[in-house]
Amino acid sequence: MAGNTINVTLKVWRQADKNARGAFASYSVKNISTDASFLEMLDVVNTGLEKEDKDPIVFDHDCREGICGMCGAVVNGVAHGPQSATTLCQLHMRKFKDGETIVLEPWRSAAFPVIKDLAVDRTAFDRIIEAGGFISVKTGQAPDAHAVAVPKIKADAAMDAASCIGCGACVAACPNASASLFTAAKVTQFAKLPQGDPERRSRVVAMVEQMDHEGFGSCSKHYECEAACPKEIKVENITNMNREYMRALVTRD
Amino acid sequence: MLDAKIPDGPMAEKWTRHKFNMKLVNPANKRKFNVIVVGTGLAGASAAASLSEMGYHVKSFCFQDSPRRAHSIAAQGGINAAKNYPNDGDSVHRLFYDTVKGGDYRSREANVHRLAEVSVNIIDQCVAQGVPFAREYGGYLDNRSFGGAQVSRTFYARGQTGQQLLLGAYSALMKESARGNVELFTRREMLDLIVVEGRTVGIVTRNLITGQIESHTADAVILATGGYGNVFYLSTNAMGSNVTAAWRAHRRGAYFANPCYTQIHPTCIPVHGDFQSKLTLMSESLRNDGRIWVPRNEGDTRRPSEIPEEERNYYLEEKYPSFGNLVPRDVASRNAKEWCDKGFGVGATKTAVYLDFRDAIARDGEDTIRAKYGNLFDMYERIVDDNPYQTPMMIYPAVHYTMGGLWVDYNLMSNLDGLHVLGEANFSDHGANRLGASALMQGLADGYFVIPYTLGDYIAKAGPAGIGTDHPEVKRVEEEVTGRIDKLVNSKGKKTVDEFHRELGLIMWDKCGMARNEAGLKEALQKIPELRAEFHENVNVTGSPGTFNQVLERAGRVSDFLEFSEVMVRDALHRGESCGGHFREESQTDEGEAKRNDDEYCHVSAWEFNGVDKEPTLHKEPLTFEEVALTQRSYK
Ligand SMILES: Cc1cc2nc3c(=O)[nH]c(=O)nc-3n(C[C@H](O)[C@H](O)[C@H](O)COP(=O)(O)OP(=O)(O)OC[C@H]3O[C@@H](n4cnc5c(N)ncnc54)[C@H](O)[C@@H]3O)c2cc1C
Ligand code: SF4
Ligand code: FES
Repeated sequence: MAGNTINVTLKVWRQADKNARGAFASYSVKNISTDASFLEMLDVVNTGLEKEDKDPIVFDHDCREGICGMCGAVVNGVAHGPQSATTLCQLHMRKFKDGETIVLEPWRSAAFPVIKDLAVDRTAFDRIIEAGGFISVKTGQAPDAHAVAVPKIKADAAMDAASCIGCGACVAACPNASASLFTAAKVTQFAKLPQGDPERRSRVVAMVEQMDHEGFGSCSKHYECEAACPKEIKVENITNMNREYMRALVTRD
Repeated sequence: MLDAKIPDGPMAEKWTRHKFNMKLVNPANKRKFNVIVVGTGLAGASAAASLSEMGYHVKSFCFQDSPRRAHSIAAQGGINAAKNYPNDGDSVHRLFYDTVKGGDYRSREANVHRLAEVSVNIIDQCVAQGVPFAREYGGYLDNRSFGGAQVSRTFYARGQTGQQLLLGAYSALMKESARGNVELFTRREMLDLIVVEGRTVGIVTRNLITGQIESHTADAVILATGGYGNVFYLSTNAMGSNVTAAWRAHRRGAYFANPCYTQIHPTCIPVHGDFQSKLTLMSESLRNDGRIWVPRNEGDTRRPSEIPEEERNYYLEEKYPSFGNLVPRDVASRNAKEWCDKGFGVGATKTAVYLDFRDAIARDGEDTIRAKYGNLFDMYERIVDDNPYQTPMMIYPAVHYTMGGLWVDYNLMSNLDGLHVLGEANFSDHGANRLGASALMQGLADGYFVIPYTLGDYIAKAGPAGIGTDHPEVKRVEEEVTGRIDKLVNSKGKKTVDEFHRELGLIMWDKCGMARNEAGLKEALQKIPELRAEFHENVNVTGSPGTFNQVLERAGRVSDFLEFSEVMVRDALHRGESCGGHFREESQTDEGEAKRNDDEYCHVSAWEFNGVDKEPTLHKEPLTFEEVALTQRSYK
């Protein structure tokens, strides 16, 4: 623990509501501990604003442990900021230099309208899941957990895909604002498991259709999503989803 | 007298018999009934999905932007179930026994037995949903021993078990939402409960984006709103976790049970600055391989690597030779505090102890340790900027879980008709101390396998409530809510909401934290009302109520914590014994362990609200132990 402090200038996107025109506002942040997390730095800025009776910066967050997927903003042009495999809440001020100017913007995508300042509406992700991101088993219907063995390699691959936290950074990073990485991760999780098999084809078709319907762009293989993803979800998932989709178009469930 | 409505019959048959004796709602009639479920964590999401599958019309609420983000998502370690797949002697009875004992004989036996019974169904359900639990090479599920259990009954999905279980429950919920049978209300905060003639018929919520105050009525209400650990300000809970829903129900008549039972988790990253907003848990599984120590010399400032073996005090191994570093959470936490209080703490603030992997790495190799704990080591390094493969981790206990909660009977219904409480928000199954990997189990047991039965029985007997949102009581409660919000916004004081929250947290941590005594608790009872009064005069809530206003959200929650904390302290003061996570300094054994007083305190303390500055009334539910004999816990 170094225990140093730095000064930074923040340029933050401020937008009163969905329909308002936003603009950048500047704040100088003095003597911030390098051990503070990025969101704790924002807390300090907000306390200052509250003390001046001004409206603090709205930003979404909850767990502050990199798992709920609630936080996220574009930091100097990079979704979730400079540290790889790290959510905004897990980024620490030691990753910034004394005197640096930090530009902070919300996710930008037509399918994620800004609600206020850095908070955006990501309910489109919920609707993609609603379209097919589940296995239709009712409570009580399940057989014994050991009724079907699942090869470890498949279970591990399903787990890799399932670690997506639904933060939306992949969309924010994509030049086309595609939701392919998010959608593909869920499609792959279930495609790897025997339990997901009965609805395998209808699921991928419905989810892809919903993704298009929400106004997300299509994937043109820039792969910025993978670089931005805090959970290191791999673009192979997208290849897999495309394969699943093509196959499904030929033979539906 | 509080009636827990425990069914008759032998312990192992109570639930089966009860299921048979309960009334059923005709399948065609279910769709005529509306159920409100507040909370989309494991308990709420599983309940909402299951009830909808059965045919009830469900409205589901959470304050996050998506149901998938409920605090359950953060659970790391695992979920218990009495499957006995490893063939190592586990059984429903053993899980039941361990839970009752682990809870220091302050839970209700019948509830715990049911929990152990349905635990096996949970794993089946989750696997069928596509939850990717860890598996062995043969393709079958892997189990580990957790939190000192002597059998391996914990199922896990890497270090993200809560996430995977919640995503499973969330997918079930979204499946029902797609059918149109569940209506989702996200970014909504429940701010009050509507009770008409003793029956709970609805809730008042605030739309967190527009500020709109809205009401919803139904035939039954379920609260699954999580725990109140954030009363301490710093805890491992998510920032938004709060007591508001439970507290507002309490103010409308629901009893609050055992509020003083809080769990302090021994392995968390220590506090490192006054800007600190939350504490991060390092999974308990680390204690399987890490050794806990402090220097033998007080105030030793050498780097840990320079301290020779004979000058290291592995205090848990010395004091508890048979359990060593794996003693239960409350015991591990208290011992860490004791050594730090005596001046042996390490790190810049001297409030930390070492958790050292040197010997495990020497024994098993760095790769093995990385395979087991890589995620956790990375997280530690990201936060602390220290490499735990080379230097020992520094840890300190932090508030983690709250065993207390709204009082419920065997059917998970509170003393208010129609108000059911599930998951961490109720008090029922963990007594005075929760065992690791048992909260996830309880949340899903309540939601998937208990409430679908008991709610039906309630609805079948109570019939439709027939109250619409135009009912005068609904309007009256809405006005109260608006009045409270206006009062907060108009206070226009000088201090921020967080300043008050931090101050409250310090009072609670000092006086009602890991160790409590009469003088300290009485001091807290003096200070809390003063702080509360100051809050209402001097808080500054910026912005207007009709907007997305996060300061106002926090102000409402802190305002409720400032009321709730008082009954928590009162409960701690009343309970003059030590049990589980509640340690009264006046009541300890010669060796400094928690000493229960079964003659006087073998009961649930359920508090009834009488007004903010009035003393609450205590109701006692006596606890009887038929199956597990009351003994002094010992981990020597
Ligand atoms: C870091 C951490 C690790 C843990 N690890 C484990 C583990 O390994 N094993 C284990 O068994 N347990 C573990 N626990 C404990 C366990 O995660 C929780 O006890 C459990 O998940 C609680 O689930 P719940 O459904 O009761 O509530 P929560 O998951 O807390 O959900 C509460 C819900 O209520 C909603 N809500 C709350 N208030 C309101 C309101 N006023 N209006 C509207 N909505 C509201 C929230 O939006 C949310 O949806 C851990 C806890 C923490 C903090
Ligand atoms: S794929 Fe990665 S970036 Fe996209 S939502 Fe999931 S976790 Fe976030
Ligand atoms: S706040 Fe939960 S992931 Fe960042």
